[in-house]
Amino acid sequence: MDLVIFAEQQAFMGKSRAPQIPDFRLTPRIDQVGVGERISRITTRSIKSNAKLQGLKMILNMIDLTTLEGADTRGKVSQLCNKAKFLHASNPDLPTVAAVCVYPNFVSQAKKALLGSPINVASVATAFPAGQSSLDVKIADTKLAVDNGADEVDMVISRGRFHQGEYNYVFDEIAAVKEACGSARLKVILETGELGALDKVRRASDIAIYAGADFIKTSTGKISPAATLPVTCVMLEAIRDYFYESGTMIGMKPAGGISNSKLALQYLMLVKETLGDAWLSNQWFRYGASSLANDVLMQIEKQRTGNYQSKDYFSKD
Amino acid sequence: MGRVEIMKTYKIYIGGAFPRTESGRYYTPMNGEKALGNICLSSRKDVRNAVVAARVTHNKWAGKSAANRSQILYRIAEMLEGRKNQFIAELILQGSTKSQAAKEVIASVDRLIYYAGWCDKFSQVFSSVNPVASAHFNFTAPEPMGVVSIICKEESGLLGIVSAIAPVLAGGNTCVLLASEQRPLCAITFAEVLNSSDVPGGTVNILTGKRSELIEHMASHMDVNGFLYCGTDNEEINTVQQLAVENLKRVTISPLEDLLNEDHNTPYYIDDFVEMKTTWHPIEKIGATGSGY
Repeated sequence: MDLVIFAEQQAFMGKSRAPQIPDFRLTPRIDQVGVGERISRITTRSIKSNAKLQGLKMILNMIDLTTLEGADTRGKVSQLCNKAKFLHASNPDLPTVAAVCVYPNFVSQAKKALLGSPINVASVATAFPAGQSSLDVKIADTKLAVDNGADEVDMVISRGRFHQGEYNYVFDEIAAVKEACGSARLKVILETGELGALDKVRRASDIAIYAGADFIKTSTGKISPAATLPVTCVMLEAIRDYFYESGTMIGMKPAGGISNSKLALQYLMLVKETLGDAWLSNQWFRYGASSLANDVLMQIEKQRTGNYQSKDYFSKD
Repeated sequence: MGRVEIMKTYKIYIGGAFPRTESGRYYTPMNGEKALGNICLSSRKDVRNAVVAARVTHNKWAGKSAANRSQILYRIAEMLEGRKNQFIAELILQGSTKSQAAKEVIASVDRLIYYAGWCDKFSQVFSSVNPVASAHFNFTAPEPMGVVSIICKEESGLLGIVSAIAPVLAGGNTCVLLASEQRPLCAITFAEVLNSSDVPGGTVNILTGKRSELIEHMASHMDVNGFLYCGTDNEEINTVQQLAVENLKRVTISPLEDLLNEDHNTPYYIDDFVEMKTTWHPIEKIGATGSGY
């Protein structure tokens, strides 16, 4: 059944309510083999060219164009913002990306550069990428981003505390950052590459969702493995279960390692088949990527001209 | 009961691995009544994958020192020499006489060694210092072109390939080549030679299949910088030249007639696939007082 219809029915029957916070030690166990099987059915499917073109444009519109390097300069950020607005000069009909994702000290610059465009500015915060700092510092980091004008904040959870079993600490920290965000949307990075088994991914997803995340996000992009299809599948199922429970939609953002269109399309299929059409917009689904945009552009040009493309003819970000 | 003969399935060579064609199709070229083997009928997606592999490897191959490239080409020749009998048998299977086959294999080894020698010498020969009327030291030197598509000669299974790729590799390029349609066996066996000769995987990518299906995609691909066409079919030449215009690929048409002839040992074949870079280097002073650099 379509999830949104289900939610409306639940609401009609008076079931829509803030759900009780569950005991996170009891989150569902994940059948790893089952997830693998599910993913193998996605990756072996072929997509016909019309659907592909539609998908590619959708992907373009869901990208958080990202630069999170120690070597970032104002010049690099302004180039990235320009790229976000004008993806490919010879094809002006393309959609823009969803957001630009930078470190807090570049937020005001990016905000200014993107003024008047539909592109949001996202900022990482909370001692990204390790998250090894005190709550006060993390709150201050978040405030810095929000005060500079960030529309979205990407925080990292305390993986160390999570592994120590201090789920309440992780929960409270997310809740506190959410409060500091004000009206900015909060994406919670689980850094699944450091969590281990899929059971842990599910548990961390549940903690983040119940603590007030607007989005859950796989990775910082600094740790390998970053986003993978199995991990994303598990997180999407957490979102789905929460939706059944509460009627509230949560967004999903796989990030890191998604550098080609084929893979990106597979993520799109996974979202559609796990959560349904309602999630197929950049309001609810994002890709965190730096090189994906150019690959998608090259595939769109391939569809348009019939020739395989070269990156020589696409601007670097 | 007689033994059922096992016919070899020859797989293609992309990025240093031997995958089946993405399309899953194959064909069985014949020599009279005799089937030669099961050969992959590559698709445009195989071309795409091969170009990606060649592009990724280009920095690695072009970045090697010229002397090292020379050693590696020599190593290919050594490995080929060691498997001479297998190549002779394959050539005979594909219709050569015994003496023709032996000559072709030996000429292939010699040609590789000839171009191995040129790797660290052609640059000196083709470079120049140019007189200019300003305070500049002006010089021109060859650089690798990049990724080269090669349509191999239809009539020659081994020497046609070696003669085409040796100068391209010597110049520091990586390549994607389409083997002879009716005589493809040696191409894939040659891939096995390359795979055991220190050539970085992806430097040479070998496809088999129909020219009519693939030539268009090899010629139109925007990430291919040069195109070597070994043959004489005017219609195909036309197609290649027209499609190559899109990104100004350099097209070389080389009939490669009479391949055993030593005229095909020439550094000018290397020159076909290099770009000349001219550098203007400011200097302090020139003239009677002496050189400023």
